Amino acid sequence: MSWTRLLTLVLALAVAVAGPAAAQTVLRIGLNDDPDALDPTISRAYVGRLVFAAFCDKLFDVTPDLKIVPQLATGYEWASDGRSVTIKLRPGVKFHDGEPLNAEAVRFNIDRHLTMPGSFRKSEIGEIKSVEVVNDLTVRLNLSAPLVPLLAALTDRAGMMISPKAARELGDKFGTHPVCAGPYRFVERVAQGKIVGERFADYWDKGNVHIDRVEFVPITDSTARLASLRSGDLQMIERVSPTDLAQIRADSRLKVVGVPELGYQMIPLNLANGPRGKLLGSDVRVRQAIDLAIDRETLVKTVFNDEYIAGNQWVSPASPYYDARLPVRKRDVARARQLLKEAGQPNLAFTLIVPPERDRQEAALVLQAMLAEAGITMTIQTQENVTMLQNGRKGDFEAYFTFWSGRPDPDGNIFTFVTCNGAQNDSKYCNPEMDALLLKARHVADLAERKKLYDQATEILLRDVPRIHLWHRRVFTGFSGKVQGFTPHPDGIIRLRGLRLS
Amino acid sequence: MSLPLFVSRRAVALVPTLLVVSVLTFCLQQLLPGDPALALAGEEHDPAAVAAIRKRYHLDQPLPLQYGIWMGKLLRGDFGESIRSRIPVRELITSKLPVTIELAVCSMAIALAIGLPVGVLAAARPGTPIAGAANLLALSGLSVPHFWLGIMLILLFAVRLGWLPASGFVPPWEDLGRNLATILLPSVVLGTGVAGVMMRHTRGAMREVLGADYVRTARAKSVPEGRVVWKHALRNALIPVITLGAIEFGRLLSGAVLTEQIFAIPGFGKLLVDGVFNRDYAVVQGVVLVSAGLYVFLSFVGDILYFLVNPRLRGSV
Amino acid sequence: MLAGAVVGAFIVVAVGAARVAPFDPVATNFALVRKAPSSLHLLGTDEVGRDVLSRLIWGARASLLAAVIPVTIAVGISIPLGLLSGYAGGWVDDVIMRMTDAMLAIPFLIVAIALAAFLGPSLGNAMIAIGIATLPLFVRLARGTALGIRTEDYIEAARSLGGSPARIAVRHVLPNMLPPLLIQSSLTAAAAIIAEASLSFLGLGQQPPAPSWGSMLNAAQRYLSQAPWMALYPGLTIFVIVVALNVLGDGLRDVLDPRHG
Repeated sequence: MSWTRLLTLVLALAVAVAGPAAAQTVLRIGLNDDPDALDPTISRAYVGRLVFAAFCDKLFDVTPDLKIVPQLATGYEWASDGRSVTIKLRPGVKFHDGEPLNAEAVRFNIDRHLTMPGSFRKSEIGEIKSVEVVNDLTVRLNLSAPLVPLLAALTDRAGMMISPKAARELGDKFGTHPVCAGPYRFVERVAQGKIVGERFADYWDKGNVHIDRVEFVPITDSTARLASLRSGDLQMIERVSPTDLAQIRADSRLKVVGVPELGYQMIPLNLANGPRGKLLGSDVRVRQAIDLAIDRETLVKTVFNDEYIAGNQWVSPASPYYDARLPVRKRDVARARQLLKEAGQPNLAFTLIVPPERDRQEAALVLQAMLAEAGITMTIQTQENVTMLQNGRKGDFEAYFTFWSGRPDPDGNIFTFVTCNGAQNDSKYCNPEMDALLLKARHVADLAERKKLYDQATEILLRDVPRIHLWHRRVFTGFSGKVQGFTPHPDGIIRLRGLRLS
Repeated sequence: MSLPLFVSRRAVALVPTLLVVSVLTFCLQQLLPGDPALALAGEEHDPAAVAAIRKRYHLDQPLPLQYGIWMGKLLRGDFGESIRSRIPVRELITSKLPVTIELAVCSMAIALAIGLPVGVLAAARPGTPIAGAANLLALSGLSVPHFWLGIMLILLFAVRLGWLPASGFVPPWEDLGRNLATILLPSVVLGTGVAGVMMRHTRGAMREVLGADYVRTARAKSVPEGRVVWKHALRNALIPVITLGAIEFGRLLSGAVLTEQIFAIPGFGKLLVDGVFNRDYAVVQGVVLVSAGLYVFLSFVGDILYFLVNPRLRGSV
Repeated sequence: MLAGAVVGAFIVVAVGAARVAPFDPVATNFALVRKAPSSLHLLGTDEVGRDVLSRLIWGARASLLAAVIPVTIAVGISIPLGLLSGYAGGWVDDVIMRMTDAMLAIPFLIVAIALAAFLGPSLGNAMIAIGIATLPLFVRLARGTALGIRTEDYIEAARSLGGSPARIAVRHVLPNMLPPLLIQSSLTAAAAIIAEASLSFLGLGQQPPAPSWGSMLNAAQRYLSQAPWMALYPGLTIFVIVVALNVLGDGLRDVLDPRHG
């Protein structure tokens, strides 16, 4: 055979192979980091949740206004004493490997979350004492104590269902090849590279899935990510930085939408965690002074161009649990100075630990300037994130700059931080009144009653100032004009059902 | 000294060197505050989960035992797994190494394309302004901070002119054109640094060769100067240049750390930096061992070439 | 010559920064954030309104320290180690050489990153880290010259006259080791400045708000299209100083080392 003949044959084959593939619709989503293991039980990184949105459906989902709606489950019913909840499952749901989703599978999953070594879900649903299989499509969760926020936990990774058969076969290597019940089936993951999913033919809601293939591409550099969106390499990017918004808005082919986040940026202060807690922990007036010397509105304007929202509470002003009677206070330098004098610390000096992350570094500089005007000398000490968090646990800090990504249920934003034995209470703030309020709020199902309790908690927090809340981000999602049907959610997760590519 | 003896003596010295490398890396990592379990847990603190991770990866064992466990697995070909993603380190290495090798090859090509001719010129016309300019050019290449050059090139070619992608990487089998486009700027950045070194090596080797007897003979026989320089001298000068180039190549492989970071190239350098910041011990151990091994091996090859070449060079009288 | 002048100017500016800089390098001004170069701010302002020129001038101090301290550490430790290794020979030499080879094989930046991260991010610790990371090169050099000199005739003569090894080492070997070390120092000072900038770029060197050319480049990366002057000038400055140091080193080599003439 001559060379030209051979070449033509090869080209024809290539076209034949590429042909049908070219007709496929592909959605490429840029991620800000590389996800960790793709196993809902041990995954911790936020970006993992974006990938799970394609592969792993959950028992329930949450709407943009934080209502719990059915996904793999169709409904729930609390027992009158609040110590158990009965969940009804959707019939006819299959996992990617063909196995059926039934009550037994749910029991397997919850057990796995509770018992697998290294599980990060245990602390989220640890109150589940046992799981009962009532019938093939009904499950009852028995709790050690009433816990209303449990359902919210089931709208995230703790509620994701994986195929028991695949879990047994892959063991702890499951994270390298997840098998769940979501709209897309896992195809491949290039190490530190793209993660590919293909449309699952037997998806329970397949009528709502319009895109054939989805690819998640981790690109850590924001300039590179933005450039890829503009060039059409990516169709969507998540958590766009405020400094990049102008470029997207100027481009007529692109769109960007922002939603206030569920979490907050804050500075925990050391009150009683070791000897370094004495400086700020001994007199509440010192802490109040620091709080009063900060002008949150100007901070957000200067560093973020007003794209973010000034905040003073542990939920954003857009949340139904925000206490509107206690809005962000105006700055009052004179009062701050007075409080410091009364407390005997007119020349207060303390150190703020900040990780080398640009948002917080810039904000820290602004804070430094603001506090200086009240006579407070704040020294900025940069530490790597891991080091800072470790020092936080140990109590080797006076103040550090961190954030909380937020949870759909208000309990998830506050309980573990300010209760006396809270796992993440680095300040070691302990107020029995607070504990009582927050525990009660866990048992009460009525929204209005819960809000009353949380309002009281907010009042105490604003008075005691164990931590300083500063701002809430807006979660910005940038996407090409070709993407239609996108509804932004406060958790920033891109839900793939209903999306279309024109 | 005979060749086989030389080779075997050097080969034997390789093993203890690599051993020390692995011990040093291990110790260096232990110095870092925090550990992988905490790095993984991040803002979400769950003591039980953190403890379980520590147990799984033997982080609660005494250090010499941890090292022994790692070494034992290594001898069976198991490099361990990434604590963050659970992907086997061997898979990470084999998928990232070709990327860095491609980057190193392209950088080396650019370095030679610039360094060789400039070095030859500088040697052929010593003391002239050309030699001075060549020297300055070489020094500039050596002196420029890589990451700054990278940022400047991105600003010019990607942001302002839009000719090349700002960053990212496309494998050659996916789209060769895009692959070359993504690798061009980083190769230029790394290549200019090595170009300076190569130019100086070339100049030095050429100067030695040009002073040799057979060159004088050729000149005496009225062979045109151009042919003397480019045909005869260069061919012999190339040998030491290549051996020294092998070592530079090894260094390129080891360390395109910042360049890969800026251009978002998923290669060895990025794997290493991410591993250090995530405290992913197995990843860092594996990557450092492999790149040190390559560097050592290439130096070894360079040494042998040099040894082979020298007697012949001196024996040309 | 020119190189010497440039280096001299660098040192003068670094030492006299307080008098030369037009603005306070840490004075923020949120009204003038990211302004282009103008008659007031000759090189523009950065992301929190600080004057770029003043920060460059003050940053010279960090770079000067980054050039001098690591080299001093490296030379200080390598001379005794090199003497010991070259003179004593035997297994001591083998061990030291094995360690040096191994350290050379690990990418320099990784050693520096690990040490800087361990010691804590600060300029001082970055300098210690760089000093330790450049040590192997100096040790090799020191040992090499010590070995070469050991066999020279005048050393034999001194020994036959009854001098103790230590005395011979200090009086005869040491002075001859200095020229190559001096040449290497200049080259290493250049590399150290780049290394400090690299570490600051990664967040491990000079901490904000104190200025350093590397951390200025780090901050500039984000605003590349909006405020390119933030990246241009610090990098250019590093480039100029490093070229000058390298030329100086070359010049020293021509003067002190006739073999390379």
